[in-house]
Amino acid sequence: MAITLKINGQSQEVDAAPGTPLLWVLRDHLGMTGTKFGCGAAQCGACTVHVDGEPTRACVTPHDSLDGAAITTIEGVEGRAADAIRKAWVANDVPQCGYCQSGQIMAAAALLRDNPKPDDAAIDEAMSGNLCRCATYMSIRRAIKEAAATL
Amino acid sequence: MLLRDLGIIPAQKSPVTDGGNRPHVNLSRRAFVGGAGLFVIGVTLAGCDIFPEPEIDASAFDLPDAGPSPLTGVKGGDATPMLWIAIDKDGTVKITCHRSEMGQQVWTSMAQIIADELEAEWDKVEIVQAEGHERYGDQNTDGSRSVRFNFHRLRVAGAAMRQMLVAAAALYWELPAEKCSAKGGHVSNTENGNTLSYGNLAELAGRLEIPAEEDITLKSRKEWRYINTEMPSFTVPRLVKGEGTFGIDVQRPGMVYAVVARPPQVFGRVASFDDAKARAVPGVLGTVRLPDAKPPALFQPLGGVAVVARDTWAAIEGRRALEVEWASGPNAGYDSEAYAEQLKATAKRSGKLRRARGDAPGALASASKRVAADYYTPHLGQTPMEPPCATAEWTGDTLECWASVQDPQSTRGALAEALGIDKEKITVTPTWLGGAFGRKSKPDFVIEAALIAREVGKPVKLTWTREDDVRHGYYHSVSAQHLEGGLAADGTCTAWLHRTVFPPISSTFDNSVTDPSDGEMGMGASDVPFAVPNLRVESGGAKAHLRIGWLRSVANIYHAFAVQSFAAELAHAAGRDQKDYLLDLIGPARLVDPTEEGAKYGNYGASLEDYPIDTARLRGVIERAAAMAKWGRKLPKGRGLGIAAHRSFLSYVATVVEVEVSADGSISIPGVWVAVDAGTVINPRHVRAQMEGGTIYGLSNALYGAITAKNGAVEQDNFPSWRLMRMEEAPRAFEVEIIPSDAPPGGVGEPGTPPAAPALANAIFAATGHRLRTLPLIGPDANKLTLPAATSA
Repeated sequence: MAITLKINGQSQEVDAAPGTPLLWVLRDHLGMTGTKFGCGAAQCGACTVHVDGEPTRACVTPHDSLDGAAITTIEGVEGRAADAIRKAWVANDVPQCGYCQSGQIMAAAALLRDNPKPDDAAIDEAMSGNLCRCATYMSIRRAIKEAAATL
Repeated sequence: MLLRDLGIIPAQKSPVTDGGNRPHVNLSRRAFVGGAGLFVIGVTLAGCDIFPEPEIDASAFDLPDAGPSPLTGVKGGDATPMLWIAIDKDGTVKITCHRSEMGQQVWTSMAQIIADELEAEWDKVEIVQAEGHERYGDQNTDGSRSVRFNFHRLRVAGAAMRQMLVAAAALYWELPAEKCSAKGGHVSNTENGNTLSYGNLAELAGRLEIPAEEDITLKSRKEWRYINTEMPSFTVPRLVKGEGTFGIDVQRPGMVYAVVARPPQVFGRVASFDDAKARAVPGVLGTVRLPDAKPPALFQPLGGVAVVARDTWAAIEGRRALEVEWASGPNAGYDSEAYAEQLKATAKRSGKLRRARGDAPGALASASKRVAADYYTPHLGQTPMEPPCATAEWTGDTLECWASVQDPQSTRGALAEALGIDKEKITVTPTWLGGAFGRKSKPDFVIEAALIAREVGKPVKLTWTREDDVRHGYYHSVSAQHLEGGLAADGTCTAWLHRTVFPPISSTFDNSVTDPSDGEMGMGASDVPFAVPNLRVESGGAKAHLRIGWLRSVANIYHAFAVQSFAAELAHAAGRDQKDYLLDLIGPARLVDPTEEGAKYGNYGASLEDYPIDTARLRGVIERAAAMAKWGRKLPKGRGLGIAAHRSFLSYVATVVEVEVSADGSISIPGVWVAVDAGTVINPRHVRAQMEGGTIYGLSNALYGAITAKNGAVEQDNFPSWRLMRMEEAPRAFEVEIIPSDAPPGGVGEPGTPPAAPALANAIFAATGHRLRTLPLIGPDANKLTLPAATSA
């Protein structure tokens, strides 16, 4: 059954089986591959998108539950916090393989939008749902603080 | 579909990163101009417009045939510049990277080496990912050797092309080459200051003779602009926008999606299956029965049944609905608990001699104090954040694959063998790899994709779910080790016995092999650099029941854990400081040659002349890391410092870990200090990142990681039963120092891992008095250490 999703400000018609997680609609139906698959169980955060601004695990969120919601992905996230995060990510070469970094950036952008001066505890709380096997955790902390300093 | 119109799926673009350009490799020496066909109408130099330079018409020059390349056999392989560099008329310098980009930033480091010697402008450089082909030499991105294998030949290639560009300018200006100099993408006439851009010179340069190696002048270290410099990454600016193509991101017109249900046990097979319910799942297109696997494991798929669907989710749901009866096969009895007891028992008995100095058994018997300890480490999974994924497309009888593989050549070979077709009909192009850590050097998943695609007659993207990755891997080996040390009355170590028992990686290629290989022994056991007068290293065998494979730093993990833990145990027995005692064990500055004492030692494929085991360098990193951590400072109760040092992949790393352990066993890591001597370094930022990443990889595995089997099947399936360190658990402070060195480049991707676990265990001992000898220290379910009732060291 076709439904219309609002993704990065654009309406997209999607015809996927009921219950199909948003992740696979983005990746396989819409070709938006910036949002990654890591676990399928909301355990790693690689698939993090924003739904009405809230960091959300696309791998366990049925796409047909998002009628009318504003979905933002790594391809479309913008604003002062997101821009500052991207800039600090590049300046610090945060990513190694980069596979988890879409999710890391989506989590960090939401953190800074809501809390422009997070302390270590706030960073840990916002970011501990996002696994990184390359272990860029120290670089992420550095970059979040650097980005915060510019806001 | 409207996607193409929305600009989301490029219509004809190759799916691989960087515009999908395949390198235009033409070994004719005259064909390296990419032919972008842009006119050069002017150049900007140092911000100033200068006279438009005249466009050079290369065809106006009557030149003899350039002849064959004299650079096909330089140290490291073919350095023919056209193999690595293509300069477009607009000045774009396309550098071919033949290694796989998996987060070590090899695109950037390979480009730094070439661009430096070439005198290219950095912002004109683009990277082209090479497909798998023998013309590039070794492409196995494994063993921390991309830089050391290629440093020399890529410098030669860059310098050769620079000299050809200079020669072209000299020809054009009718000047001797000495009057021309190359810098920043231009050749200058040193007499009048005129310049010609590389883009303008490229076609003419390509018709000139390639200089022989003895006629090539490499830049001196002082002249390096990009080497040993923090040049920016080629991947990061794209990654932060969600761009770039990983294995899982490849898209082909008409593509369908697959997942595979595999037998729970290695060499299990499908007894029967019923796909009616699977086919009833919306979006499922069909199933494909894959051939059963037969020993040895090699790189072949495990068999099972593929479910093919119109999206990945439908394939996953279809697999859930699939009904399969499995026949369990020869490994059904594998039980990790029983197996551990068997390994430990083997480690108690004398084993196969791998290195001997003096008379260790005699010295142990007569020692004033005798210390013995047993260590156990479990299987581990590499678990890169991107699970194995591959896309395969058949056109008639030719096959094209895009996949996150570490070695596209072995992938191609394995595909040819499995599919019974000629290798020349197969193209394999690595995508970006979302981590690899050794898992993606085994291309079983690419063969699965190709087999399924051949059956369904459409391009197929195969995805391994996380459960597939955790349950069906090529695992880091499980090990049991027994160590004994003899101390003289003054605490000096007089005898060292190390016995290591584990099922070897060779079992994956010949399932009758049970003995550890020389290569595995040379990763921290038979190459132990200690100056103890009596030393004996032995091994014990074990039959493998899972597929055993390489994992970041391989056998160094368990060997460094045991050796460096035991060194601290001896220090404690001698009443000495860990760090001082470790330095004494290592002894004075000298070069160690294990082959003089009977070891068959391969030194990571390098000669001991080029890359000696140099205890001065090992001592150097220990002293540096200790100074960084302020070793010896007074710590509050519950805190402790631990140190470990290890040479692996021809580099030296010392790690100090500080822990805080509360009375209930909760643990945190306030700080980590790492000193690394990796010889010549291409990009210090990459080295620091690999030290951080490699260390945390080791700490995470040591705290939480265990793959166990029951009835032959792996018991873990996803995060968190397979647990990784998270942000909140990561060290609060982490400092890395790189020892300046002119030595040849060593490895960087792996050497950070081995010292992490023993430094952690030694820190816990310092903090609590409890010696922990079994990994993981915490495991997937607990939140704190289980500390034994009494101090045992």
